[in-house]
Amino acid sequence: MATFKGILAPFRETTGFARWMLLIGLVIVVFFVVLAVGADWIAPYGFAQQSANGVDFKKAAPPGPGHLMGTDRLFFDVWSRVVYGARTALEVIILAVSVSLVIGLVLGLISGYVGGWIDRVLVLIMDVLYAFPGLLLAIVFGFLLAEKIGAGVISAAGAITVIYIPQYFRVVRSSTISAKESTYVEAARALGAPGRTVVGRYLFGNVIHSVPVIGTLNAADALLTLAALGFLGLGIQPTDGAEWGFDLSRALEDVSSGIWWTGLWPGLAIVLLVTGLTLVGEGLNETINPVLRKRRLRKITVEETQK
Amino acid sequence: MAAQSGSLPRYIVQRLLLLIPMVWLTLTLVFLLMRVAPGDPVTASVGGRLPPQALEARREALGLNEPLIKQYWDYLSGVLQGDLGKTITDNTPITEIIKDNGGATLELTVAAMLFALVIGLPLGLLAGRYRDTAADGGIRLFGIVSYAAPIFFIGILFQLLFLNVFPGWPLLGQSTPITEFTVPTHTHILLLDSIIAGDGSATVDVLKHLMLPAITLGLLICGILIRLTRVNVLQTLQADYVEAARARGIPERKVVTAHAFRNALVPVITIIGLLVALLLGGAVLTEQTFAWPGLGSQLITYIEQRDYAAVQGIITLFAIVVVVISILIDIINALIDPRVRY
Repeated sequence: MATFKGILAPFRETTGFARWMLLIGLVIVVFFVVLAVGADWIAPYGFAQQSANGVDFKKAAPPGPGHLMGTDRLFFDVWSRVVYGARTALEVIILAVSVSLVIGLVLGLISGYVGGWIDRVLVLIMDVLYAFPGLLLAIVFGFLLAEKIGAGVISAAGAITVIYIPQYFRVVRSSTISAKESTYVEAARALGAPGRTVVGRYLFGNVIHSVPVIGTLNAADALLTLAALGFLGLGIQPTDGAEWGFDLSRALEDVSSGIWWTGLWPGLAIVLLVTGLTLVGEGLNETINPVLRKRRLRKITVEETQK
Repeated sequence: MAAQSGSLPRYIVQRLLLLIPMVWLTLTLVFLLMRVAPGDPVTASVGGRLPPQALEARREALGLNEPLIKQYWDYLSGVLQGDLGKTITDNTPITEIIKDNGGATLELTVAAMLFALVIGLPLGLLAGRYRDTAADGGIRLFGIVSYAAPIFFIGILFQLLFLNVFPGWPLLGQSTPITEFTVPTHTHILLLDSIIAGDGSATVDVLKHLMLPAITLGLLICGILIRLTRVNVLQTLQADYVEAARARGIPERKVVTAHAFRNALVPVITIIGLLVALLLGGAVLTEQTFAWPGLGSQLITYIEQRDYAAVQGIITLFAIVVVVISILIDIINALIDPRVRY
């Protein structure tokens, strides 16, 4: 319980805008997590289901009884696909962000701690990857991975992973370098701590603080990239899983017939989840980052200080 | 003092020399990526459509029978001479595609950048000036949501809106076919060509087509500009020279506009490289949404046809553009801000 309070301490000290951003963001994200986890109970139909009880769904039917958000031109129920889309989105985001985090963290620590030519080569490669337009990189990787191992959650996540490795690498490397020079690391080394301990205990602990903020902001960006890949036909195929970007690419063709319900709902789902993740990231940033943080002044009674 | 003035040319030369390894590495990356592709690119793209001899001839012409290191060398030396190779599917030189479609992408991205600057900078300044007010909250929220909304979703919403409110407003393409045929081609940028031709109705037609795609793409970077200028204003408003200006009795309005705002806008230049990279990626989505005949649509078309040579050529161009611009921005930045040169 004490540790739990410790984790919440920075949050209790937040004020105004930062607190609201964090709260609203968390509510939105939790909502989508519930949709993703409970999709089998929440969604009335399957994501690739075209009939129920022997009756075929109507094609591109407007919202109404039976189909809360209507059906699309593939006879799918729009609401069910929105719900299952949350599952696909979270699967890909979690996979992509955690894999790129691990790779970027390890490479960044090595590069910053070891230095020398390994550092220079890694920095150059990462700089090139970083300068490259992220979406184009994902498109090329998505294209190649889809050819090689088939389109699906793994290849979509793989294509997205590549974009974010350089970001973690840069942050981890630069804070490793500055921490390496600090007195407490020097002291550890003087006491004879092996490289493994220095990296694992001191540098890792120092670097890990900036990860939650970048992680959530990247998750927001990763969702946009996933949707873009789906929109371009390089993401998840409609029968493998519901994906909002793919649904929007179909909805684009519906515009001229005045059909709005196939595009509006999946699009709103993306906007909402990305906004939620961004709010959490920004809110965390203003909570954790001492430069931006504004602490609430708490009333302290004498008894409390004497404890 | 002498060392300082001497360091600028040296810095510029250093940056320009950095272009060589950056471009080389980028080209190597693109080349390696394209070779990781499974099997034979010619079979993958035109396999069923041509007889075996023709396929073999295509492979020979593309140099795919050469050893890898020779292909790599040919690719590098080709790019240096401005030759990006030919497509597999229709045997067109990539440079031809860039000439024909690059203008449309340029028109779109420049218009989007202008829109984002005109909207984003003033909003960012306002939000920073009136920190923690309702206006600040609203502008920040607009920044977050405009970045959170995917380009193609905004595009679809605009199309639905204009279809219902302004029926007849052009939603797809760069111009009506008549404009395209009547305006003579000089620059391959349709807007400029129509102005050069002095054809008023064609210019209006092109502008009407340009408006929605440019706004849609511009919104992508609007939020970033708002965020950056806002933070900059917050910092400059607390700077010593602003305090000094206040102490000298300069009216608050003048302090804010002449001292705080002007200095807050300088760092925007440093992120233009990043914005261009974002715009190029976003252009692919925007062009796909609005059937815009640019390089992004071409890229997706060739990806669908599994034409590796075409994809490699177009990606190479995008990569070089981004690297060159980011180095140029570094140099411009050094010209403006002496601190960078050290």
